[in-house]
Amino acid sequence: MYFQRKNRIGIILCGIFVFSILIVSRAWGNELDEVIGHLGSKKIKEIKQAIQDIARMDQPQVLPTLFALKDRHLRVDEQGQLFILSDDETTLINAITKEKVSAEDRQLRIPRINNSVRRLLSPVIAQLQLQSDDPSIRLEAAKELSRKGKLTEDAVLAIRVGIHKEQNRKIKNILHLALARIDLASGDMDQRIRAIERIGEAGNLQFKSVLEKILIQNEDASYPEPEERIRQAAKKAIAAINLKQTIVTQAGNLFYGLSLGSVLLLTALGLAITFGLMGVINMAHGEMLMLGAYSTYVIQNIFNTYLPNYFDWYPLFAIPVAFFVTAIVGIILERTVIRHLYTRPLETLLATWGVSLIIIQTVRLIFGAQNVEVANPNWLSGGIEVMPGLVLTYNRIAIIIFAVLVVFLVWYILQRTRLGLQVRAVTQNRSMAASMGISTAKIDMWAFGLGSGVAGLGGVALSQLTNVGPELGQLYIIDSFMVVVLGGVGKIIGTVVGALGLGIANKFLEPVSGAVLGKIFILIFIILFIQKFPQGIFSLKGRDVEN
Amino acid sequence: MKQRIHEMHTPKGWGLMGLMGSIMIIAVPLLNILPSSESFFYIPDYLVTLFGKILCYALVALALDLVWGYTGILSLGHGLFFALGGYAMGMHLMRNIGTEGVYKSALPDFMVFLDWKELPWYWHGFDKFPFAMLMVILVPGVLAWVFGFFAFRSRIKGVYFAIVTQALTFAAMLLFFRNNTGFGGNNGLTDFKRILGFSLQDPSTKLGLYVLTGLVLIIFYIFARFIVTSKLGRIIRAIRDAENRVIFSGYDAFKFKLFIWTLSAVVCGIAGALYVPQVGIINPSEMQPSNSIEIVIWVAIGGRGTLLGPILGAIVVNGAKSWFTVAYPEFWLYFLGGLFVLVTVFLPRGLIGILSQKNKEPLRGRT
Amino acid sequence: MAALNYIRNILRRDRVFEFMIPKPVKNPKLRIGQGCLLYVEGVTVSFDGFKALDDLNLYIDDGELRCIIGPNGAGKTTLMDVITGKTLPEEGSVLFGQNIDLLKMKEQEIVEAGIGRKFQRPTVFQELTVMENLELAMHTDKKVWHSLFTYLSEKQLERIEEILEFLALQDHRHQTAGLLSHGQKQWLEIGMLLMQNPKLLFLDEPVAGMTPHEIERTGELLSSMVPEHTVVVIDHDMDFIRSIAKRVTVLHEGHVLAEGSMKDIQSNPQVIEVYLGEE
Repeated sequence: MYFQRKNRIGIILCGIFVFSILIVSRAWGNELDEVIGHLGSKKIKEIKQAIQDIARMDQPQVLPTLFALKDRHLRVDEQGQLFILSDDETTLINAITKEKVSAEDRQLRIPRINNSVRRLLSPVIAQLQLQSDDPSIRLEAAKELSRKGKLTEDAVLAIRVGIHKEQNRKIKNILHLALARIDLASGDMDQRIRAIERIGEAGNLQFKSVLEKILIQNEDASYPEPEERIRQAAKKAIAAINLKQTIVTQAGNLFYGLSLGSVLLLTALGLAITFGLMGVINMAHGEMLMLGAYSTYVIQNIFNTYLPNYFDWYPLFAIPVAFFVTAIVGIILERTVIRHLYTRPLETLLATWGVSLIIIQTVRLIFGAQNVEVANPNWLSGGIEVMPGLVLTYNRIAIIIFAVLVVFLVWYILQRTRLGLQVRAVTQNRSMAASMGISTAKIDMWAFGLGSGVAGLGGVALSQLTNVGPELGQLYIIDSFMVVVLGGVGKIIGTVVGALGLGIANKFLEPVSGAVLGKIFILIFIILFIQKFPQGIFSLKGRDVEN
Repeated sequence: MKQRIHEMHTPKGWGLMGLMGSIMIIAVPLLNILPSSESFFYIPDYLVTLFGKILCYALVALALDLVWGYTGILSLGHGLFFALGGYAMGMHLMRNIGTEGVYKSALPDFMVFLDWKELPWYWHGFDKFPFAMLMVILVPGVLAWVFGFFAFRSRIKGVYFAIVTQALTFAAMLLFFRNNTGFGGNNGLTDFKRILGFSLQDPSTKLGLYVLTGLVLIIFYIFARFIVTSKLGRIIRAIRDAENRVIFSGYDAFKFKLFIWTLSAVVCGIAGALYVPQVGIINPSEMQPSNSIEIVIWVAIGGRGTLLGPILGAIVVNGAKSWFTVAYPEFWLYFLGGLFVLVTVFLPRGLIGILSQKNKEPLRGRT
Repeated sequence: MAALNYIRNILRRDRVFEFMIPKPVKNPKLRIGQGCLLYVEGVTVSFDGFKALDDLNLYIDDGELRCIIGPNGAGKTTLMDVITGKTLPEEGSVLFGQNIDLLKMKEQEIVEAGIGRKFQRPTVFQELTVMENLELAMHTDKKVWHSLFTYLSEKQLERIEEILEFLALQDHRHQTAGLLSHGQKQWLEIGMLLMQNPKLLFLDEPVAGMTPHEIERTGELLSSMVPEHTVVVIDHDMDFIRSIAKRVTVLHEGHVLAEGSMKDIQSNPQVIEVYLGEE
């Protein structure tokens, strides 16, 4: 209730204030032009005075001139007339009459400004920008104002007006914060405590130092801030900020871990299919990831050259291309090499490693040894700011969604189609399946194609996160092996849990122990883990599993 | 004893061995010293170093063959043990530089560069040669023992074991890449000056190291021969074929595997220690998973389950590598990759398999 | 699930933490009283709720040739796994003679104590010769160091020759075991068991996949092994069992359904219902 009444008073006050501005601004019309003229003064002091006057008058049409002053695009001729130099530095525009004039035949001078002028200038610009129609400009302005602990009366007034006019919650919150920061220095105890509480609620890290200043102790153990209540409030507010920061960091870790886990998942899924099916580890599996990423790169280049208007849609096209390219490479690999090595799993490991060397070197000869960059399309750039400091980027969100879709698709293929049934049959008992009339050779081929294709999809996803290089696959293959070891083979859920678990564990261990030690901890954990669960978390159980 | 010597090789076999051994450690040094540098028979110093390097690799291949070829445990992490032995030796050589480094400090250069004030605790003692040699054996040995203890105890086998060892060497590589770990980070240990007072720049030191490496290889070859022709050798081959049956025959297969595994790691460490003074540098890239897999291919190409095969394989592949990387550097990986595929698919017995019909030696009792 | 079982196992009151159990004396001397060699009492094993063995009791006399039969899933293989130390039961006790608790011993210690087992599939060491196979199976010091420096003594060679003769494999002594016929592999495996000098022998389907002639020969082999060794045969082949068995135990759903001579068993209505009726 109290706040509401206060607000109402505020509205009335502001209404009066705005109204008076409207009246006064007419009268100030000429005076404004004169003040603007002073911006071109040769004396720093006069320039500063002019800026303060402009702040008092609060007229946004002065903004271009202020910008010009800040960017050193303002010019003054002998008569003291101000001109704004356009960005391409060809034309001059009269700052007051807005007439275009040619740049020739004029003796022009750049008004001198220094850092003290700049410091004065930026809050005034922000103050004027608050009246802009563009919310993003208003947002920037609000942020600028909240950065300053001390503002002129005019700016404070402008903030108060802004708070009432503002419809956008986010901008409004920032303005409240800016105000709270001003109020910290006020003489009114209640106002100060409210300001502290408001800062605490907002949980913004940049205000932490402001609050910490309140708690600094003098050398004689007394506080410069005598009021115990204020100090208590500040302590509480700092705790709130810390808590919020922890949540933001952890949520960020979780998100990054999930997206890393999704890439791992896409890689390990294919690996688990082929490993479960044939008991062979395909060391060239990482290269499927790399080939998928390079396919994306090629498609991106084609779109860039031939279909620049549709560039945004290239990932949708890259997905099937990457899938088929890697699936075909996988099938060729299976038909030519792995087929001969079914009874010798360890040798498959070596042969496929050899294949991976050949693929890497081929890619290196075609695309060069340097990393290439795959640009995000517009709809995958940027992100949502869920909380201050926590941005969920669109590319990572898309990868998580993509991984979910692919997992669902693979699950569907394995559990609901005839091919899937046959794959599962061969996985569980090869000779039995063969005697039931299933062509195990064909199943191996298709399953291998599917596994490789899924890795190719992982490559598309990865290309949206990092640069693409010939050694890309090598970075992820060992982690994917670990996923397979953790999750066991034969069940998709095992791979999902293994991959996400590993991805998240990686991200959470990184800040605690550093990336390298984190990896070592995870390895030690895995070695201890398979002491107890040699078949992975989710293993097939039954009499024949042991062999 | 006479019986066992006979079991290890036929007299003809011993003769052949003696011939190859003496070419290696007598003829090569003589051809390096005696002929003039224009002579056709002259072996230049850089070739002696290259041969020495390759003999170190042959030693590693032999060690890996004991675990892979004979016991059926595929390790993709043997490069780690090699590198650890190398680091132990490198630390000793580093300490022996004294104050002749770039910074003229008693500390190794990289520590001065990192602004460390004193030697980390784990560097103490390495200035003494016997201690360093002990570490060459102990560090890889203890690590292998601990790792093997856990891995074999839970009966991790086959591809699982292979990829866990790969992860192990990968993790170690990341660890050694860090500057803070205290082993020179990226650059590793280098700029060595002398070993036991002999200058490492001196060709005669290098020749001496080469001969030493050859001797160690011969000694270990004989020891390995002794092992594989003993009952223990038959047991480890039985483990490779049917581990469960070995256990039900009353053998603790776990201990046999652990023994061979640890022994193999120790020999790799010794090979690494011989390697470092000859090439003059040790850095974490020796722990790259690809290096360890390359060791496996030496064994595969030469012929696993034989003892001469891996030595042959290491010499052939590394000889080819030295030639390719100079003549056609961009095709070396094609060659190596192609070798992996062709040998595993078409030549499971390796080069030895082509050269000789594998003679099955009957079990000889004392008659 | 596995984790849960593990925790359950830890929390069970009748089991003490492993490190607190006193180590069994290595190679304790086997004591046999009242002619009974093996006591299996109240043994229960379950896999994820399915009871493979359910409160099973079984007694094997010293020097007898016992046949165990039962339909698929009756728990025959699980029973062998328990006795040979491959599977730890949740409840029950397994005593070898009067004094050796098999549940506290590792697989190879059980072998040392004198219990041999032949697996369903013939598992000989394919790449070793017949003689080397027998050598490895021999009852001797099986430590790592010892096997590195040992060689065959005259006495041991004699023993190998003896077994070779018993198996009629003299002519194949230097042949790689992988090249033997199926029946010869089975015999070799039996021979390997005999090399261990076991008191008690378990044979899991020793005649599966054999020709009638080989089956007959195997029957003779087994019969000539008692009473020096106690032999337990697990099989499906009724003709074979009929030809060798004196006492037969029928397992069904994890417990003993009937026990007696082949004649008694064949006339037992319960047995006919669950097992023989199927034939």
